[in-house]
Amino acid sequence: MSMERLKSIDDFKELQERMIADRDLNIPTIIIPAGTCGQASGANGLIRVAKRELLARELTEKVQLRITGCHGFCEMEPSLLIEPRGIFYPRVGPNDMVRIVEAVARGEVLEDLLFVEPETGVPVEKKGDIPFFKRQVRTILARNEKVDPIRIYNYIENGGYSASSEVLVHRSPEWVVQEIKASELRGRGGAGFPTGLKWELLAKQSNGQAKTLVCNGDEGDPGAYMDRSILEGNPHSIIEGMLIGAYGTGATAGVIYVRNEYPLAIKHLIIALRQARDLGLLGENILGTGFSFEITLVRGAGAFVCGEETALIQSIEGKMGEPRQRPPFPVEKGIDGKPTAINNVETWANIPVIIERGALEFSKVGTENNSGTKIFSLVGKIKNTGLVEVPMGITIREIIDGIGGGPVGKARIKAVQTGGPSGGCIPANMFDLPIDYESLTRAGSIMGSGGMIVMDENTCMVDIAKYFMNFLKDESCGKCFPCRKGTQRMYEILNGISRGEGTLAHLDLLEELAQAVKDTAMCGLGQTAPNPVLTTLRYFRHEYLEHIKNNRCPAGVCKELITYTINENCTGCMLCLQACPEGAISGKKKERHVIDQSRCVKCGGCKSVCTFEAVDVK
Amino acid sequence: MITLSINGMNVSVEEGTTVLEAARFMGITVPTLCHKDGLSPYGACRLCVVEIGEGPKAKLVSSCTYPVEKGLKVRTASSRVIKARKMILELLLASCPQSKTIQDLAAAHGIRQQRFKQEHEDCILCGLCVRMCEEQMMAKAIGFRGRGENRSIGTPFDIQSEVCRLCGACMYICPACQLRCTYTEPERAICGGCENLVPPCIEKEQFDDMMCYMRPCIACEIRKD
Repeated sequence: MSMERLKSIDDFKELQERMIADRDLNIPTIIIPAGTCGQASGANGLIRVAKRELLARELTEKVQLRITGCHGFCEMEPSLLIEPRGIFYPRVGPNDMVRIVEAVARGEVLEDLLFVEPETGVPVEKKGDIPFFKRQVRTILARNEKVDPIRIYNYIENGGYSASSEVLVHRSPEWVVQEIKASELRGRGGAGFPTGLKWELLAKQSNGQAKTLVCNGDEGDPGAYMDRSILEGNPHSIIEGMLIGAYGTGATAGVIYVRNEYPLAIKHLIIALRQARDLGLLGENILGTGFSFEITLVRGAGAFVCGEETALIQSIEGKMGEPRQRPPFPVEKGIDGKPTAINNVETWANIPVIIERGALEFSKVGTENNSGTKIFSLVGKIKNTGLVEVPMGITIREIIDGIGGGPVGKARIKAVQTGGPSGGCIPANMFDLPIDYESLTRAGSIMGSGGMIVMDENTCMVDIAKYFMNFLKDESCGKCFPCRKGTQRMYEILNGISRGEGTLAHLDLLEELAQAVKDTAMCGLGQTAPNPVLTTLRYFRHEYLEHIKNNRCPAGVCKELITYTINENCTGCMLCLQACPEGAISGKKKERHVIDQSRCVKCGGCKSVCTFEAVDVK
Repeated sequence: MITLSINGMNVSVEEGTTVLEAARFMGITVPTLCHKDGLSPYGACRLCVVEIGEGPKAKLVSSCTYPVEKGLKVRTASSRVIKARKMILELLLASCPQSKTIQDLAAAHGIRQQRFKQEHEDCILCGLCVRMCEEQMMAKAIGFRGRGENRSIGTPFDIQSEVCRLCGACMYICPACQLRCTYTEPERAICGGCENLVPPCIEKEQFDDMMCYMRPCIACEIRKD
């Protein structure tokens, strides 16, 4: 499809007005979220069926189809949204898809396929009435529902590129920086540095060197995928944000750094960049204003440490991703020694929102010193897993119970882990804590990029600390000695404790080592690596002591310390016998089975198939 | 000229000087391992850390890479710094006990034992050899490969180098492989003997099987007869 290049803001406005006038908001539209999570659950199959049925029934004029990125209710994927009524169909199968196409054409709702509220058992028709969605403030995620990521015209007709065009033609660079400062937006990558201040520092650099803006899409925390959903679902919002930032700071080049493990995001970004260039909204002499800005895409190569800004700069320069000490800071000396400002994907996505709504309106959401919304990936032992966007200052309890729907089984929720491998675990008795940068830091954790892992009574906190330390030891770049050796040794000690070989002296050594690594490591990875250990020791010390003193794992996780036995509930159905990969279970039909401890590898297969709760783990 | 305060004393140095250079200029000892005058600073061993700033924002930074700032307040031996250095030395001993340089540093800080599982590695990845080869010998034959546990130093893909002139500068500068302690029982090699004991020339009999690296003085020569 060839696009005619827009030569002025009048061209752009005319195109936008034409698109808005041409669209019919009353046409029934089937929206299929096909982000990576949707596709993994079968959304591609639904798309095929939908297209086939619409063609076969000659409905292509009467019913529209829109493929979008992730909407956030990942537990219910593959799901459908029907506009304009706002009907939500969860976990749709291919056969249901056929019925739904018919129903949409007739303007009907299929009651039996609707989402059912677990507490009440009542089906809910509209997405807006489902507590999971209702209790969020979906400033950014809602846009994923409206926009087909690979159609720039779709983005424009939803108001896209209005903010950047307005700014280029009618506002000064100083105004842009002041507006972002007034919004009190803080970096969403984890550290929470005021974005306006960072831009002001970059704008002030005046030694004649070319300035660069970077979008940090190296989302590396296990369990965090908020940035992925923005890059896949609304790549143009990032381009628009960077245009505004470039104009405000005087940057002439931009880099979007995406981790290589996000192929769909990379594909959509390549398409979006090409479309923006073709239309004249990116590149030389944008909209005839004389302002030029170009963006290149750089792919990561599989290193978590490259999310750290100085290591990111090394990676972009083509070298091994190794951090260096600051000062000098990237705004003074960044890529190839030139002034560089690096911001997170979600930070960039908020920029067009601030320009559209105005800084004052934007700062009304959230709390003192923490304005706006934050997207969290709510995962783990919770009913409603997915991406949730909430105002800063909301309490953990409101997210876990109000939006997350509470625990997934009978086990009580014990803790929530925020901030990924750099963060910490917050125990259930602190769930009334508001989510903001300062409160989380005081509790020993960090906001981080937004991962929120929910843990229940069947999670062993020693195992969690061990898991994160294993991750960090593998991902440490290895340059500075305390981080490289410190993470290895901390893992060694934690492994020993989980195997029942730990002593109290080990615990003291662990704490001492953790403090030394925190103080001396060169970059954020090493400096925050001890956090999972330190917070679990602070709030769950009793679990460590159980492992050490009594050689017991209370959650029933650490393999060397647990025993699987069959109790009197056993009816002799032989299911576990068949499920055991080691042939460790013996017994006849209708007789209580027995596990041979010498062959048992503690895989948990028997427990997962037993419907009589006859398998005990102690 | 930039004025900063180190351990309570004011010092004025030129812009671009590192905190380590400023401290040494004042005669203050700061231990280093991966730093060498004449090579670019790397900041990997973290032994040279000093505490800067005051109050809750005080932090430790490596003095070999930190440029001086006007009004900076530096403490080279605060309790936080000493604790950190001791732990780093314990970790070093736990990995590379046979290096005399590391033994001497540990003994100088009063460390005689380490609490981790003992390893015997040849390399602490301080990068001195890499920088020596690149900056002083202009060959750039060796470099770092891999990440974390798998990090090592060598030629690209372990292929025999065409630019290596076999000058031996890498071996000369290495703190781990120079002056190896050859105490016969590796488990008891962390004795602190080199720094702390009475010179073996006086009571040589009990140290018969130890290699002495002290500079030979006249007593050694006389004793031989």
